Amino acid sequence: MAEISIKQVAKQFGDFTALHSVDLTVADQEFMVLLGASGCGKTTLLRIIAGLETPTQGEVWIGGRRVDHLPPRQRGIAMVFQNYAVFPHLTVFENIAFGLRMKKLPQVEIDRRVTRTAELMHIGQLLKRYSGQLSGGQRQRVAVARALAMEPDVILMDEPLSNLDALLRLEMRAELKGVLAESKTTTIYVTHDQVEAMSLADRIAVMDKGLIVQAERPIEVYRNPAARFVGSFIGNPPMNFLPARKADNGAWRVAGVTFEGPKAEREEIAFAIRPEDLSHAESGLPAEVRVVEPLGPHVLVTCDVEGHLFRAVLESDIVLSRGDTVKLAPTPDRIRWFDPETEQSLQPH
Amino acid sequence: MQQRTLPYLLLLPATLFLCVFFIYPFLLVAWQAISQDGALTLEHFRTMAGHWKFSTAFWNTMLLALAVVPVQLALALFMATLVTRMGAGRDVILYIWTIPLGISDLAAGIIWLAIFEQTGFLNSILSSLGVINQPVTWLGYQDKATIFLAVVLAELWRATAIVLVILVAGMGLIPKEYYEAAEVFGAGPWKRFVRITLPLLRPSIQTALILRTILAFEVFAVVAALGGTNLPVLMGETYQWQFALQDRHVAAAYALVILAISIAFTLVFLRTLRVPKEAQV
Repeated sequence: MAEISIKQVAKQFGDFTALHSVDLTVADQEFMVLLGASGCGKTTLLRIIAGLETPTQGEVWIGGRRVDHLPPRQRGIAMVFQNYAVFPHLTVFENIAFGLRMKKLPQVEIDRRVTRTAELMHIGQLLKRYSGQLSGGQRQRVAVARALAMEPDVILMDEPLSNLDALLRLEMRAELKGVLAESKTTTIYVTHDQVEAMSLADRIAVMDKGLIVQAERPIEVYRNPAARFVGSFIGNPPMNFLPARKADNGAWRVAGVTFEGPKAEREEIAFAIRPEDLSHAESGLPAEVRVVEPLGPHVLVTCDVEGHLFRAVLESDIVLSRGDTVKLAPTPDRIRWFDPETEQSLQPH
Repeated sequence: MQQRTLPYLLLLPATLFLCVFFIYPFLLVAWQAISQDGALTLEHFRTMAGHWKFSTAFWNTMLLALAVVPVQLALALFMATLVTRMGAGRDVILYIWTIPLGISDLAAGIIWLAIFEQTGFLNSILSSLGVINQPVTWLGYQDKATIFLAVVLAELWRATAIVLVILVAGMGLIPKEYYEAAEVFGAGPWKRFVRITLPLLRPSIQTALILRTILAFEVFAVVAALGGTNLPVLMGETYQWQFALQDRHVAAAYALVILAISIAFTLVFLRTLRVPKEAQV
């Protein structure tokens, strides 16, 4: 059992606040992804959990034990580093065995675990090689095998796939998911790649400017962004936003079209819709077509709606050209609203 | 044409300099050691080896190197670890520790002579503490052991910094992630030093050991200042034969012996501390 709780953890580097009081609970065996742009504090948070960084305030609990005063080696964790940190002076075997030797396990057990994890990561044939003789993908596999061999309660991963090329990343992603699900560890995984986050996570914690903005299941984060930032950060192409003015009877006017919306004590709020939740219709938001990109399964249309950039993903058989004016109808239950000042969602969810 | 000759042209000045001021004099010395009036002979080596001071000088030099170099390496490793871990003030400490490097070896010898001589600082301190009633002769002609110890101390003080500088530079090249990975996977400070620092520092240790060992075989001025001729060493004997006994041939033979043991030890270090190509960073 290794539930991880982070309680009001903050970190300052001189004048710079990397983390403002963060709270997060990761359930036992959960796969939690910390997602955010560079500089949002996700790696700092991971390093605080690992013990490689000391929090300025707050508590870290792993498996019901407070660990923030303990060195990394006493926290029952294993870690995969962004640059792999595969020791160059040791063979692949000795790299994977490193942690086991530190634990003074008997040689038989070390052999068993190294062989098993190496097979699992498909590097069984590389055990006698050195890091310098491996490709980036192979080094990555060694780094993961080294972590798995520890049979830890918690695995921490710091952008483990970011140094691989696109194809390899796709392959490793699926493999990691399978391997980690089987190993029954609690995993915290840092990435800036939203697709990676969506595909791997049980829950995604989206971070921005040293805060966790939303921590929910991937589909929730995608469908119901808690803040405007989440909507614009997750999804490719990102969410569309348009200003909405208050009309009569609690309705809101968006680009000349009236929608039912939330009750808000504001004259103007933000209307939001994902590009794929739009369809070409008789009536809807008036959009002037700027760019048409046929992508095979669908067409990505970039338009201008009252001077705002607006993207729609439409069916592939539609025929449009630059300068056309089309009506785009949003799917009603997919419309979201945000407060323009706090940028928080105005939807109860 | 120009593309091909340019590198050679650029190498030419340094090559000429080396030939004129290094290789040519070296060949002259070598020739002097093995010739007499234009004919080849091993007579000078026989004279050298037959002299009663030769084996004493040889073993004194070896023992000094053996006493000084390992201690210097251990000290420098310890100091380099301290310096590397320091944040602010790191440079200041490093500069202070390297001050002895700026002092010539003769001056260093004289400084330690001022401590150990009969009216020196050591005797003053001991007598003011009441430990001794009258000055002790530390460096008398019968006190081989204390002369040896004084030379070792002076050498440690004078030349540890060169090892330190090389090791600090080497430690700076080891990426931080290796330490973090080792720490996460259960290595405490000592294990990290043994399992990560030492192996990854091997090329620097090799360089430092070769440099320091060669310099240790050439020890001269410190010994001359502290022991005069009471502690014969190879370099001192070379000087004696050249200037006191006026026999350039035997002096040249001594020089070749020093060269030979320097080369031998360099080869040993190159071999034992070699990092296999595949395990290089």
